[in-house]
Amino acid sequence: MGAVPAALAAGMAVGGTGAAAEPPAYQPKFFTAEEWAFLRAAVDRLIPPDAEGPGAVEAGVPEFIDRQMDTPYAQGALWYMQGPFYEAPPELGYQMKFTPRDIYRLGIAAADRWVHDNKSGKRFAELDAATQDDLLSRMEGKKIEFPDVPANLFFGMLLENTKEGYFSDPIHGGNKDMGGWKMIGFPGARADFMDWVDQYGKPYPIGPVGISGARG
Amino acid sequence: MAAASPKPVDAVIVGFGWAGSILAMELTEAGLNVVALERGQNRDTYPDFAYPKVIDELTYAVRGKLFQNLSRETVTIRHAPGDRAVPYRQFGAFNPGDGVGGAGAHWSGVHFRITPDELRLRSHYEERYGKGFIPEGMTVQDHGVTYDELEPFFDKAEKVFGTSGKANNINGKIVGGGNHFEGPRSGEYPLPPLKNVYSAELFAKASTNLGYHPYPLPAANASGPYTNPYGAQMGPCNFCGYCGGFGCYMYSKASPNVNILPALRLKPNFELRANSHVLKVNLDGSGKRATGVTYVDAQGREIEQQADLVILSAFQFHNVRLMLLSGIGKPYDVASGEGTVGKNFAYQNMGTVKAFFGPDVHTNPFIGTGGGGQAIDDFNADNFDHGPLGFVGGSPCWVNQSGVKPIAGLALPEGTPKWGTTWKKAAKDYYAHTLSADSHGSNMSYRDCFLDLDPTYRDIHGQPLLRMTFDWKENDIKMTRYVVGKLTEILKSMSPKQVSVSVKKFGDHFDVRNYQTTHLVGGAIMGADPKTSAVNKFLQSWDVPNVFVIGSSAFPQGTGYNPTGMMAALAYFSAHAIRTDYLKNPGPLVPI
Repeated sequence: MGAVPAALAAGMAVGGTGAAAEPPAYQPKFFTAEEWAFLRAAVDRLIPPDAEGPGAVEAGVPEFIDRQMDTPYAQGALWYMQGPFYEAPPELGYQMKFTPRDIYRLGIAAADRWVHDNKSGKRFAELDAATQDDLLSRMEGKKIEFPDVPANLFFGMLLENTKEGYFSDPIHGGNKDMGGWKMIGFPGARADFMDWVDQYGKPYPIGPVGISGARG
Repeated sequence: MAAASPKPVDAVIVGFGWAGSILAMELTEAGLNVVALERGQNRDTYPDFAYPKVIDELTYAVRGKLFQNLSRETVTIRHAPGDRAVPYRQFGAFNPGDGVGGAGAHWSGVHFRITPDELRLRSHYEERYGKGFIPEGMTVQDHGVTYDELEPFFDKAEKVFGTSGKANNINGKIVGGGNHFEGPRSGEYPLPPLKNVYSAELFAKASTNLGYHPYPLPAANASGPYTNPYGAQMGPCNFCGYCGGFGCYMYSKASPNVNILPALRLKPNFELRANSHVLKVNLDGSGKRATGVTYVDAQGREIEQQADLVILSAFQFHNVRLMLLSGIGKPYDVASGEGTVGKNFAYQNMGTVKAFFGPDVHTNPFIGTGGGGQAIDDFNADNFDHGPLGFVGGSPCWVNQSGVKPIAGLALPEGTPKWGTTWKKAAKDYYAHTLSADSHGSNMSYRDCFLDLDPTYRDIHGQPLLRMTFDWKENDIKMTRYVVGKLTEILKSMSPKQVSVSVKKFGDHFDVRNYQTTHLVGGAIMGADPKTSAVNKFLQSWDVPNVFVIGSSAFPQGTGYNPTGMMAALAYFSAHAIRTDYLKNPGPLVPI
């Protein structure tokens, strides 16, 4: 791996130097170049590319998450965000003051800092897949502590948003070519099964359609 | 900022979901000038629920476009009276509605009555099992109204909702084909049952083989074209799979928007004001009579709307909060057990079993309708002998495949990792080959499960949030574990590759993080005695008789069934009493 992480280079097209046949790569609006590199690397471990279906990057999940950052959801505007903020039993739900934007900003920085301090000065996106998986598992299982934001809170949000991006309608920026839907056999916005309700035991034969009218 | 007061009206209605729209229709039919105040925005099938933009799981079911805006107002929750309550900051266990139609716009459509026994739950259990059977601290009560009194209003609600189903018992005569255990009905459902999806068909067959009594779930999703008594039209449900959390683009799912508003909007003596958030009911100097309400309009102005009659028909817990904020009735005091407003807050007690099949069994879970499916009542209510089991309550069990969508609905066998290649393979292998069944249980009421005003947290208008004190109790966990065991046997008999069981363990606390149901009940309960109930059987406040409080807030405990059908029947029952008796002689309908 060279001085510029491959994932970082792939996500950050430089004007005028890209191949003419390729559409310009999505330019993140919320995430910085370093954050974008982390995001692309991490979501592609959560949903890796393989024979079953597209990986998260191929499915456009990073673009989905970046676009979500510009919605009321990511600004915490759908949540009750008045204090005081107390620690409470986990069954009583989320009780922190962080918005999704905060959680990404703090979580990515903490994860990259941890990698830097523990993996010879590298960034997460520069690690091999097995080492990336190991860190993600530790974050998921609360086996690692970040100073500013709970590692498993950040991991949980990243995983949730990754699956949202993989399975939501393509109008939101992810699920490119309806690859997530095609993998599991979900017909998307077909939304009319009058003639299939009682065709018992038969697979549904028609591919998905999106809100835009695109067919998968 | 205060604004000029609008003209006084005969009746003001607070909250415009099912309860508010039913009362608005009934009172305008009686000739009253009616104003309905809805804090959310105006909504209708077109343009709000139109295809294709409503077919969007992320926007509706996940981000909750039709749900209450929690950033403005929520509730706080704690498990026990000594604990500190914290806010319900994000959606999880329950999704109250907002906007015209309320939760009645985004519900699924399961449309039940109530079992006759559950209307007199305490008396029934004491008669059959003895006075000592109901444990100490369980504060269940009779509703104070009988099934026979309510029957015409159950019937009316079904005709307005265009409900699809099959009667089993018509006026005591067993006609068959429906629920073996149902109370007598005066007639058939307005529409025949919906078709079964494959999963429901498999459930019905397996239940029959085990000696149970499957029946088609009564569904307010039209099985054919229908025109209701108001002239409102419904189209046949096409099993699109977007019911709960969504508005129905097909005019097939009953909602205030489809089934009542088209007729109501035409009435010159009715006015609907959206974006109007009611702060409190105003009382006169005696505290025994309401003079109207104060609300904040879309421009942020505080407006006083005077009215002779005040109908509280907001969501269950908003009704209770408005009573507490307005000083209507005596707040419940957990230490003494006295007071009534906030008492007997209860919920629904869910268990879920999923069967995972191999690649040859295509359950096509995306095909669905919100209220349809196949159910058994063999373990609901008191349809089975509770004596040796030692618990109160029960659960209907069913396959109610309402359209499984992949963000929130994808379920995988226990032990599957949540990400990576193994997760991905399991998602591919099982999504279209899964059958899900529920035990939709009752939840009893208890002395220390109640609602009051939170001392710390406030809404966007500066008013205290409502505080829930609630936890699961041993009786209810015993019940759900028993019934989920029976349900698991049914699913195992279908010979799936694997079965996953989600059921409470003894000692489990109420967990707000995962969706359960939006079937919250109690807090302004009905009854025969003003010492133990907040409203009489006509849902009239015992303390301020020109205030009626309509909703599942009136249920003294949680039932096995979904509450909407019962709530709608109570709304019609209350409206009938207002029209026939109260308007002639405004005052208490039940002497104190």
